[in-house]
Amino acid sequence: MVDGRSLVTRKMGARLWLSGGWLVLLALAALFAPWISPQDPLAQDIFASRLPPFWQSGAEPGFPLGTDSLGRDVLSRMIHGARVALGVALIAGTLTCLVGASLGLIAGYFRGWPDLVISRFIDIWMAFPPVLFSILLIAVLGTGLTSIIIAIVVIDWTRFARVIRAEAIGQGAMDYVVSAQVAGRKRFDTMIREVLPNVLPTIVVLLTLEMGIAVIIEAILSFVNLSISTDQPTWGGMISEGRISIHQAWWVLIFPLVSLFLTVLSFSQLGEGLKDRFDPVLR
Amino acid sequence: MTLLKRALAQLCTTAITLFGVAIVVFFVVRVVPGNPIAMMLPPGASAEDISRLEALYGLDKSILHQFVIWLGGAVQGDLGTSITTRQPVLELVLSRLPATLELSMMALVIAVAIGGVLALTGTRMRGTRVEGAIDVGNGMALSVPDFLWGLVLILAFGVLWPIFHISGRASPTLDFEFATKFYLFESVLRLRFDVWLDLVSHMFMPALALAIPLAAIIAQLLKQSLKETMHLDYVTLARTKGYGENSVILREALPNAILPTLTLVGVQFTFLIGGTVIIERLFSYEGLGNMAIDAVINRDLPLIQGIVILFALIFTAVNLVVDLSYAALNPRLRHG
Amino acid sequence: MTPFLQISNLNVTLGQTHPILRSVDLTLSEGETRGLVGESGAGKSMIGKAILGTLPSALRVRSGEIVLDGEDLQRLADKDRRRVIGAKAALIPQDPLTALNPSKRIGVQITNRLVDILGWRRKAAEARAIELLDEVHIPNPDRVMRAYPHELSGGMRQRILIAAAFAAEPKLIIADEPTTALDVTAQKQVLKLIHEMQQRHGTSLLFVTHDLGVVSKICQSLTVLYSGLVLESTGVDEFFATPRHAYSRALLQATPKYTDPDASLTPVPDPVIEATQREVQMFDRKQAHV
Repeated sequence: MVDGRSLVTRKMGARLWLSGGWLVLLALAALFAPWISPQDPLAQDIFASRLPPFWQSGAEPGFPLGTDSLGRDVLSRMIHGARVALGVALIAGTLTCLVGASLGLIAGYFRGWPDLVISRFIDIWMAFPPVLFSILLIAVLGTGLTSIIIAIVVIDWTRFARVIRAEAIGQGAMDYVVSAQVAGRKRFDTMIREVLPNVLPTIVVLLTLEMGIAVIIEAILSFVNLSISTDQPTWGGMISEGRISIHQAWWVLIFPLVSLFLTVLSFSQLGEGLKDRFDPVLR
Repeated sequence: MTLLKRALAQLCTTAITLFGVAIVVFFVVRVVPGNPIAMMLPPGASAEDISRLEALYGLDKSILHQFVIWLGGAVQGDLGTSITTRQPVLELVLSRLPATLELSMMALVIAVAIGGVLALTGTRMRGTRVEGAIDVGNGMALSVPDFLWGLVLILAFGVLWPIFHISGRASPTLDFEFATKFYLFESVLRLRFDVWLDLVSHMFMPALALAIPLAAIIAQLLKQSLKETMHLDYVTLARTKGYGENSVILREALPNAILPTLTLVGVQFTFLIGGTVIIERLFSYEGLGNMAIDAVINRDLPLIQGIVILFALIFTAVNLVVDLSYAALNPRLRHG
Repeated sequence: MTPFLQISNLNVTLGQTHPILRSVDLTLSEGETRGLVGESGAGKSMIGKAILGTLPSALRVRSGEIVLDGEDLQRLADKDRRRVIGAKAALIPQDPLTALNPSKRIGVQITNRLVDILGWRRKAAEARAIELLDEVHIPNPDRVMRAYPHELSGGMRQRILIAAAFAAEPKLIIADEPTTALDVTAQKQVLKLIHEMQQRHGTSLLFVTHDLGVVSKICQSLTVLYSGLVLESTGVDEFFATPRHAYSRALLQATPKYTDPDASLTPVPDPVIEATQREVQMFDRKQAHV
């Protein structure tokens, strides 16, 4: 029995290390993008278009992962794309978390009319197809990083609000919260000091998941050409181009796809790992 | 609460939700920059032409006034006229709805089949490597969204090993006159299995992409629920009666384990339908979602409104059906 | 009389080595009722589970024979063993609230063994079920057949489980503390009913309990277990007159009704427990040498 447990933890540990490793690698690539990119990500060269990656015949040394149909270096575009992906993940993830968790906490702890209003809004939001909603918002707000972040917050706050509301309702019924109220603590004070710390683990886990989701939403918006101006390379944009020339140059699609895949998986594994850390029963 | 009362209460909240959706979408859409009317007219059209067209589409009135007019029409089934194609929105939307419904249903069937088989296998093989492998696979499938699965499938079965179509709803060379828009359904009814095969080979990849995350959720929830049920006394009693492991899982545990899974699958199915928007785009499948993205890009306000409302209607209808079938399937609620 | 059930040298362990049942021998003649007595954790339920093949997955039968009506269960293939058990043995479970499947009608739960395992016609099985419900004094058996478990009281459900156990005229019934989950009045009725049914059908009964009072009322013989080891196996009259093992004596003393109804419950004294534990250790050491 003991062996099995530690084996699970060890496997979990390995996955956490791999996930963390990939995210750190991304962060470094994003930070030092201009210095480590082999080429200018925007430089076009029609005479070097659709060069295959290095292990295939016909590859050229300066372009390790090949080039797209306009002759732009895939690796350099990937490295620069990491900036957008991580930026959106961090900023949009955190903002969504702040908005959603606050509303969920208020609804779940105070109940009454704030809960009625917030829950009604959650219901309405749940009746929107999220992708269509985000595309619509970008059409209204115009393209650009700020619009994307706003769109993600507007679509996804319910993800936090729903879960945190349910947890806060559970916590509000706990003895220590009730006794804090009886002792004459202000309601708002009790919420911040007693309820918030207990739902914080859930918030953190959701936050890591949301970062992965934010990366995907950005990619989807880039895919329908609604993300950021076209002279900023993004993974979604590369996928969009790669989808068109898929039969001629599959590498334009596969590298950003693999990066997206790994990034989303890493964020969710990180969340899983944190969940185990926080869960006193499992620990 | 009787089934009827439950249904009525649900209908009321559904109506409120739909009204909320209508308000939100109407006002969000009105803020869209760029004048759709100007785009419709050839360059050099006079201001007079523009205002005449605006009056035609009701765009010259106040937003509130426009909303009342639109809502009045919508209640009677009139969703206005598309700005780009100048056809009634309802007609356009209904012409694409069957494609999206068929895709969603096929995805649901695939998800239930894969998820169910995985859950049952995992329960049968509990404690073995097989169960471990299923858990790891589920975890991965869950954390990666349909959009990425779609791309993976395109690469794998469209390019590297091209056995499925990755674009469109039917082969352009298909020589067949459809009488309805429910192509898949119709091909079965008219016993044209060659047509059916062509349609399925187009639909399978997008449907699978939509199905993978849902299949993982079903597998995970159902397996957990089954394993809990397997410890209960009535399962043990069934064993002493002479039933083997397979019968015990299928006959005794499954009927009770399905119920808790069902409610969650309902919510997840609406997510799946929401996913059709981008998946249809990815696979150039001519459904509602693909039309919606075009409508947004063309700033076709009435069409956008119509599509969003239709999606909201589908979502709430799914929730309603799930809620009622939960009540109908649970003997406690049916009689209590 | 030839023993109908013969268990010899049965060893069951948790994982590789931790013993749960220690070389248990036990016999049951046709029509005999034997009480299986011990504290919780003594392994008394595990004997029933070993016979029926429902041991928890962490437990293994290491060695020994379980011969039921001439068939050595351990040697049969899984499928055949299930069939033999389904036809010849039945379980009356402990908790009537959890032992009926909430999503199935009562009728199906009584008849399914007959139809699915023993190949009866549905009509015949249903007639048989109604007859049995009548026998266990359930009013309106037709209506109860169509009812779901949640529509019935706990006492009704326990009666139904008893009826279901007798459905296939089994030769052996294992009752696993069938009265512990019930209140005192219901306990008496259920006990009476089990006894009545057993007499009428001539079934052998293995009655698992921690209550010597119950044993004195319905059993002819009893087996006392401690930590998976059989301490004493004897007739009921002999036992209550002259219990041989010190632990048995203490157990008898701990049951107030049989010494003095007003006396408070006296736990088994520590020295007796320690002595019995030493006996178990001795046994294990001897086993290790063999």
